Amino acid sequence: MPAGPRQLTGHRVGERLGAALPGIVTRMTDEWVEVSPERVQEALRWLRDSPEFDAAQLSNLTGVDRYTYFELVYHLQSLDLNHQVVVKAMVSDHEAPSLPSAYPVYKGALLQEREVYDLMGIRFADHPDLRRLLLWEGFPGHPLRKDFLGMAAGRTSGLPRFPNEDPADRDREMNAGNLTSQEMPREAGGYGSSMASGGH
Amino acid sequence: MTTENRAVNEPYVLNIGPQHPSTHGVFRLRVVMDGEVIRDLDMIIGYLHRSMEKLAEERTYTQNIPFTDRADYLAAMSNNLGLCLAVERLAGVEVPERASYLRVIFAELQRIASHAMANGTLVSDAGAWQTPLLYMFREREKILDLFEMTCGARLTTNYMRIGGVAFDPPPEFWPALQELLDEMPTRIDEYASLVQDSEIFLARTRNVGVISAADAINASLVGPALRGSGVPWDLRKAEPYCVYDRMEFDVPVGRHGDVYDRFMVRLEETRQSVRIIKQAVAQIPDGPHKTDIPLALRPPVGEVYGRVEGPRGELGFYLVSDGTPAPYRFHIRAPSLINLSLLREMAVGVSLPDAVVALGSLDIVVGDIDR
Repeated sequence: MPAGPRQLTGHRVGERLGAALPGIVTRMTDEWVEVSPERVQEALRWLRDSPEFDAAQLSNLTGVDRYTYFELVYHLQSLDLNHQVVVKAMVSDHEAPSLPSAYPVYKGALLQEREVYDLMGIRFADHPDLRRLLLWEGFPGHPLRKDFLGMAAGRTSGLPRFPNEDPADRDREMNAGNLTSQEMPREAGGYGSSMASGGH
Repeated sequence: MTTENRAVNEPYVLNIGPQHPSTHGVFRLRVVMDGEVIRDLDMIIGYLHRSMEKLAEERTYTQNIPFTDRADYLAAMSNNLGLCLAVERLAGVEVPERASYLRVIFAELQRIASHAMANGTLVSDAGAWQTPLLYMFREREKILDLFEMTCGARLTTNYMRIGGVAFDPPPEFWPALQELLDEMPTRIDEYASLVQDSEIFLARTRNVGVISAADAINASLVGPALRGSGVPWDLRKAEPYCVYDRMEFDVPVGRHGDVYDRFMVRLEETRQSVRIIKQAVAQIPDGPHKTDIPLALRPPVGEVYGRVEGPRGELGFYLVSDGTPAPYRFHIRAPSLINLSLLREMAVGVSLPDAVVALGSLDIVVGDIDR
């Protein structure tokens, strides 16, 4: 697996983390350690303060839509020890996903969590300023969700998306997704009116 | 109640931007002012949002390279490089040695061009309207000429490929590069002498927009914004990619974490970049400049977080592959956006002109913020 050259294995991090905070680790792989989503803030704080891992900086925070659940990915790094730790949390509620904010531990989460909220619709409890970041208030839906319009556009056009596309790939994606462009919500107060009323 | 008190106590809202020279692009600040002093600040972004991460999920890895040009349009080469390195690690593609050297040369030329822009506009923000900026643009033009010579484009270069670079530079490239490298050190001294001892510039930048090292680390600041606060963190040293481990160079750091230090860190970095390019030109071997890869490259199922030290700091690409030719998830860790995490804390309580200079010293590129 293409782990970073300075990335610690999930097993190493998970064993120490699990010993310090019993029950918090739900899964370990060579690349990352998975923690229970409601305790993610606790895990990040422990990693930041532990002298062994010294994860002083949150270098990247993002989410992945896995159709039935959301995966939150935290890339932490220690500048003094020069290593990376990857923490994941799986949020199983796909309708109204929510988990604690990393902001009380890392100020660097301020804008990154707003971006995840804006584009994926994941709520972060106790984030001080959880508003949309790139899109305007009133924008319908969260574009980076797999069931958003964008993915349907390529499928309905009937053209291959790239050379030598395997039709099996497209079938698999189509079965996994569930919205088509016709089903996209276009209620009053959608694109046109909110832009006319001044966007932000 | 006197009229004097009333005048002092009534805050008002000022909109800066979206179209304003000090915001360096389509970027809006809504500032609550009490006289000259900022009481609150809110940034409103997204005017340049093109939904790259969503579009990328419909395209192959190679088709996504031009998007990276348009993310940080002042550092297209570095962005190309970041994506290509991430995909190469994900798919296990080998890169010929000559290509790695060419990548270092172009990434460092791009760093010089980008820092010239950053420092030039910062000096403009500080009141030296346009003249120093144009001095700094002089060498940037020559660098863009070199890009044009090699790949036909000046800004959105689309030059790096997965497995190498698109073209070997033409024969006339090397003498032109040599000429530029020979004159750069004196030119950089010239820029420095224009501003670094100027009393006005010092008054505008010293002890303005101070960020402590602990804050900078905790708020995920990267690049010159982090190094200006005295943290010697540079991915070219910490996690060397391409052939940076064979290059000798220093990592300049600031002492006070103010605007002046960030300016000087960038200036010093251009000197180091010249040093790196000189070594790369001396060491570059002959050979192929790219490996052929399938047009619809199918990396194995997995994920990668690849990162490079761009001119604005850690530029990361988080890619998730599901085994198809298009990425399942394509996330750009944009240094310009995340470097703004402390903007509100820097601006509240200071005067408006100081906040403008502090924003300028963070070197934002709106294409990179909004993606």
